[in-house]
Amino acid sequence: MFEFHKGKSITYEADPETACLVELDEEPPRQLNSEAVDIALTITLLLKARPLDEIHVMRKVVIDGSNTTGFQRTAVIGLDGALRADGRDVPVEQVTLEEDSGRKTGETKTSAVYRLDRLGVPLIEISTGPVIGTPEEAGKTALAIGRILRATRKVKRGLGSIRQDLNISIKQGALVEIKGVQDLDLVSRVVELEVQRQLNLVSIRDELRFRQVKPLDIKEDFVDVTGIFASSESKIIQSAIKRGGKAYAVRLTGFANLLKRELAPGIRLGTELAKRAIFWGRVGGIFHSDELPAYGIETGTVEAVKERLGSDARDAFVVIADEEQAVLDGLRAVVERAREAVEKVPEETRAANPDGTTHYMRPRPGAARMYPETDVPPVAISKDRIARIAGSLPRMPAEVAGELQVQHRLSPKLASQIVDSEYLSLFEKIVGASREVSTSYVATVLTESLKSLQRENVPVENLREEHFVQVFDLVAKGSTAKESVVEVLRWLAAHPASTAADALDDLGLRMLSEQDLAVIVNRVVSSNKSLLANDRAKALGKMMNLVMGEVRGRADPTLVSELLRVRIERVLA
Amino acid sequence: MTARTCQSVSHKHTLNQFRRNPQRRYESLSRTELEGYQGQILHHLQGAGAKVGSIIRVTSKDGEVFEGALFPRSEYADQNHICLKMKNGYNIGIHLERAEKIEVIGEGEKPHFTKPKVTTIHEVLPKVSLVSIGGTIASRVDYRTGAVQPALTAEDLTSVVPELGSIAEIDAHILYSELSENLTTAHWQKIAEETARLIRGGADGVIIAHGTDTMHYTSAALSFALQDLPVPVLIVGAQRSSDRPSSDAASNLTGGVAIAARADIASVGVAMHSDMSDRFIVAHRGTRVRKCHTSRRDAFRSINSPFLARYDLQTNQIESFDAVSRRDKNRQLSLKPHFDHHANLVRFYPSFDPALIDSVVANGARGIVLEGTGLGHVSRQCYEPINRAVKQDVPIFMTSQTIWGRVDMNVYSTGRDLVDIGVVPLEDMLSETALVKLMWALSQTKSRDKIRETMLHPVAGEVTERTLAEAS
Repeated sequence: MFEFHKGKSITYEADPETACLVELDEEPPRQLNSEAVDIALTITLLLKARPLDEIHVMRKVVIDGSNTTGFQRTAVIGLDGALRADGRDVPVEQVTLEEDSGRKTGETKTSAVYRLDRLGVPLIEISTGPVIGTPEEAGKTALAIGRILRATRKVKRGLGSIRQDLNISIKQGALVEIKGVQDLDLVSRVVELEVQRQLNLVSIRDELRFRQVKPLDIKEDFVDVTGIFASSESKIIQSAIKRGGKAYAVRLTGFANLLKRELAPGIRLGTELAKRAIFWGRVGGIFHSDELPAYGIETGTVEAVKERLGSDARDAFVVIADEEQAVLDGLRAVVERAREAVEKVPEETRAANPDGTTHYMRPRPGAARMYPETDVPPVAISKDRIARIAGSLPRMPAEVAGELQVQHRLSPKLASQIVDSEYLSLFEKIVGASREVSTSYVATVLTESLKSLQRENVPVENLREEHFVQVFDLVAKGSTAKESVVEVLRWLAAHPASTAADALDDLGLRMLSEQDLAVIVNRVVSSNKSLLANDRAKALGKMMNLVMGEVRGRADPTLVSELLRVRIERVLA
Repeated sequence: MTARTCQSVSHKHTLNQFRRNPQRRYESLSRTELEGYQGQILHHLQGAGAKVGSIIRVTSKDGEVFEGALFPRSEYADQNHICLKMKNGYNIGIHLERAEKIEVIGEGEKPHFTKPKVTTIHEVLPKVSLVSIGGTIASRVDYRTGAVQPALTAEDLTSVVPELGSIAEIDAHILYSELSENLTTAHWQKIAEETARLIRGGADGVIIAHGTDTMHYTSAALSFALQDLPVPVLIVGAQRSSDRPSSDAASNLTGGVAIAARADIASVGVAMHSDMSDRFIVAHRGTRVRKCHTSRRDAFRSINSPFLARYDLQTNQIESFDAVSRRDKNRQLSLKPHFDHHANLVRFYPSFDPALIDSVVANGARGIVLEGTGLGHVSRQCYEPINRAVKQDVPIFMTSQTIWGRVDMNVYSTGRDLVDIGVVPLEDMLSETALVKLMWALSQTKSRDKIRETMLHPVAGEVTERTLAEAS
């Protein structure tokens, strides 16, 4: 660990308001947070798992620097539960209470920056058994877990408050852990792409075996090719050489045309080699023969490298240019990964990209990386504590949805949508505050309208609870029409520091006073007097359209119609 | 060398016992195979033929099954739970009441440690001797059990902190395995004698691995005991124990060894982190350093003094600031390792009972350091007992509890009165250093005047005439 990070510096950003010496690893931790334990026990019981009699906090070694201590504190709270997902039972192996890690806010080849605002926040991990069969099942299971978590009413709203880590393995493949899938809708896509990636790796392995390549055919013979590249036009290599760096190449025996093989959209075998080199060698990237000539590297240079390496048409090669030690570390990682390609799909911890593909994060930590946190004594869980928690378990989503139908006259569909959304508490708050706004309308805004705004790429994650409260309050007070709500939210998502009242002003959606409205009505009637000569009903309709065209969203149509009728009568009289 | 902070908050866990006294713990582990378990649980486990490390299956009355390797139990923990380490590495505790049946279903592996390969460097490196006084600096961890073992040989050490092998040729000696609060003047004497032996044997520098709590007392003691040093002596500790990846043990040791091997200084110092980042290891002058924080890595501070040297962990550069004493291997070390512990440090506070001074004298004190307020004051009720003490040939010295600054007993009448009675102000000397120096002075003479003269005469940078602004 120490050695590994020798060349990598890690900078921590700590806000003096929120980070204390414990987060900075300058003071021992406090005792286990008992509210967090209670919530974890609640979830344990909701999942019908067995709570443990004594909780032991462990240190799980994490080498990426995301924890100031170099380990994550974690404790098993419950074992062997089950949940219903899509009509079948999914076993839950364990419920653990952990400390969240620091958030990466920046990275270069030789350094990483982590912000400590998230570090140490209690995190509950629910691990399901290895029985989920298809990508769709994975998605449905994640949804079911989310419902149980939301039932506790302790889950924060927003992307990332529930994160899915997926363990995926296929026949002939390997167990790969994918971290940080923040969006539930992405779960099945990630699983699908990972299965595809592993299948492609298996087929590459078979191809290599067919070519009779053995792992040890790929040798750690790194050849200095700085001279060959001295005249190349590659900016990357030139700048590395100018900084006093070197270019080295390694032959990958029997790998011709395999590095460009696509494993998942945009991810090639070459990408996998590169990520390893970046991680272990702290280099910027690699060049491989399947993508050359390109990037200012010409055919002549490629041929010269091949010749220097003594390779032929059956081989591939990788070149790295950087500071010498980094290059050698990077190439060693490349060789290791190439050897793995001959043997198996490697066990890895990978991180999800927003498009559902993944990239190498670090090797998978095993049980060997877990040892007791000696600064936190074990906590015995009394029978009384379990009884107290069992006696006040939150109601489950189906039950809550049923109640919403009765109490707020929501349709079954809307009720279950609201329960599945992150906005149940907010819904209850808004409809509890006012009887003026239709409950169904509030529910529709919080579910369907927000979804469609999201589809239009409106940053709805910027919306805060008070924004919703403000806008419905304005509707209730008659300051704006309910038709304005979605427009106001759209505006607030772009101006999150403002209020709903600011939105009304900026968008001109404030309700007109009866007096102002009367002025408009009078003007329309006087300038269209000629219409009244003919069909009076038709005239009313036409004038109604004219007025509404001017005041839509700012006036109640019933009032407009009433004012028009009175005015017309007076004019005719 | 242990992170004391860990111990102070968690007296409850078995594994702290490891740190407290690594050697003793290993003996006890071999004596009992069911370590820490007592009473009924011990009985049940023995009945099942279980040993620590055995793979156990515990079945409850409801048919629940728990499996894992039996984990040692803390002697401070309650005696109601069986602790298992599950296959995935997590520990869990099962209440004895829940356990209907306990059976052994397999044997566990013995804790083992694979030493990383040490590359031998063939160039000629400075020779640094390492004397371990205790604790877990550069100890090694068995990740299966969390057990911490001390690294006892030079090979162990360099295998845990491989950097050391490229900085110096290290020979390691175990002198004690003692927590620093248990050290006495007798330990100081032995440490001084051992250090002198190593220096006379040709060491280019000496490192003393030490618990941090009283490190600054030992550093003061060695500063007086080892005079005319030809090479530097650095005391090194760790504020985070070495069983965590973020431990400062390795970096402090690296910096300490580098300074001992290469810095152009020849004083006793304390080498620790300069701030919270893992960038600089600084050597503080042994008589000028104080532990000023319970847990931070940069707990040690130079008081009223610049530090001796600074090592940059990123660039491996050393800056030496000690203009007084440069490295010179031809200089002959003079050893004065004796201390008389009949010296007392008495701290004054509002409503202080003056009779305390009498009782300290009655208890056999041969000299007293009074830690007064501000510029060096105690209440006028103390005048009488101080007068009595001085008349009995018990010299009384004054330092200040403000930590930073210098006593000056000419400013207020209280100060002048005290000087009149015979209290001797100790300038800008730290209270802890004054106490150690008094113990050292008492061992050399019985003459009150001689003691007073020794106390005021600078020996190892403990008194200076001018207080520098940037150092205070």
